[in-house]
Amino acid sequence: MMEVCGTHTVSVFRSGIRTILPPTLRLVSGPGCPVCVTGQGEIEAALSLLDRGAVVAAYGDMFKVPCEGGSLASKRTRGLDARVVTSAMETLTIAVENPDREVVFLGVGFETTAPATAALVAEAARRSVPNLSVLSFHKRTPPAVELLAADPDLRLSGFLLPGHVCVILGHDPFRFLPEKYGLPGVIAGFEPEQILLGLAEIVRQHEQGAPALRSVYGTAVKREGNPKALGLLEEVFEHRDATWRGIGTIPDSGLALRRKYESFDAEKRFALSLRPGTPPAGCRCGEVLTGKIIPPECPLFRSACTPLSPVGPCMVSGEGTCGAYFRFFKGDRS
Amino acid sequence: MCLAVPHTIETILGENRALAAAGAVRTEIRTDLVENVVPGDTVLVHAGFAIEKLSPEDSEELKGLWDELRALAGDPYAR
Repeated sequence: MMEVCGTHTVSVFRSGIRTILPPTLRLVSGPGCPVCVTGQGEIEAALSLLDRGAVVAAYGDMFKVPCEGGSLASKRTRGLDARVVTSAMETLTIAVENPDREVVFLGVGFETTAPATAALVAEAARRSVPNLSVLSFHKRTPPAVELLAADPDLRLSGFLLPGHVCVILGHDPFRFLPEKYGLPGVIAGFEPEQILLGLAEIVRQHEQGAPALRSVYGTAVKREGNPKALGLLEEVFEHRDATWRGIGTIPDSGLALRRKYESFDAEKRFALSLRPGTPPAGCRCGEVLTGKIIPPECPLFRSACTPLSPVGPCMVSGEGTCGAYFRFFKGDRS
Repeated sequence: MCLAVPHTIETILGENRALAAAGAVRTEIRTDLVENVVPGDTVLVHAGFAIEKLSPEDSEELKGLWDELRALAGDPYAR
């Protein structure tokens, strides 16, 4: 079974769920950490805007992610204006307070996070804020989940689906799991008992030979999702191909600003072109992200690559699979 | 990154802005993504935005699922 949410990854470790699973159940972590799958070229684009004198606002998770040109944190140490925000909307305040500066929000995250960026863009358009723009590197989870569901090497028996992504999306975008691939898809919350409920539901569907899409996350996840958030996503964004670090390009898995909002699109405003970026030598984050190996199987794990000096993105983020293994893995069964 | 925490709405501050509390922590949040929020509502907050209203049946449903699970596991104390 695979979970595809960094918050699940950490909760599974913190609660010790893996240590009580029977030997017949194996739970692997998928590409559930948006920080980890953000392409190197995308981070380099943000750094290049700092070099050009812009203010770049980003969620704190992104600050330590390294690429060839350094990281947001290392640029800030050198006096460039990278700012941590806890809400996308704080960027609007920064832009209004600094009318003579270009202010760019680094939009990273899955469908849980993207509506906040959409709300920022809509509000900036409504108030005609001229010096604000967005680098939209938001990613859509269903195309990545489908890629893994279709991967014959993985032989997955079911997916534990990300509860908060599904708060926004609802059930329909993941219906292809039972309908096309015959796999259980169970939407679960993040408390240990909610995760256990999710795993139990996957097992039950298997035993009964009746794969289905089901939520065990109470009323937080509605079948139709959050219509207001979905409406805002549809209004502001359109789908585009996106590069996932370690996986490659997945068609239609990214969110770009629609033409209507192109004056807020930092890629267009600053005429950026994204380089694919080369992964660090020896880093096996790609195989970790797709559940093909567990972090201790990577030769860099715990030697060259640690949370204090991470080589790959899966070690940088607190919700990355390597970071979680580093903190919690004591050699118990994977 | 997709962490979201239930908050209770305390005061409506203006269009799409509200003061909300999670335990002792009070934060200004945005309510652009939810309909008709009033003080007393419980909302799930992610990155400064309420992303969904929660209903009181949530805990009941979880409890019901637990009972179902325990019954499946042969727990004699399950309802």
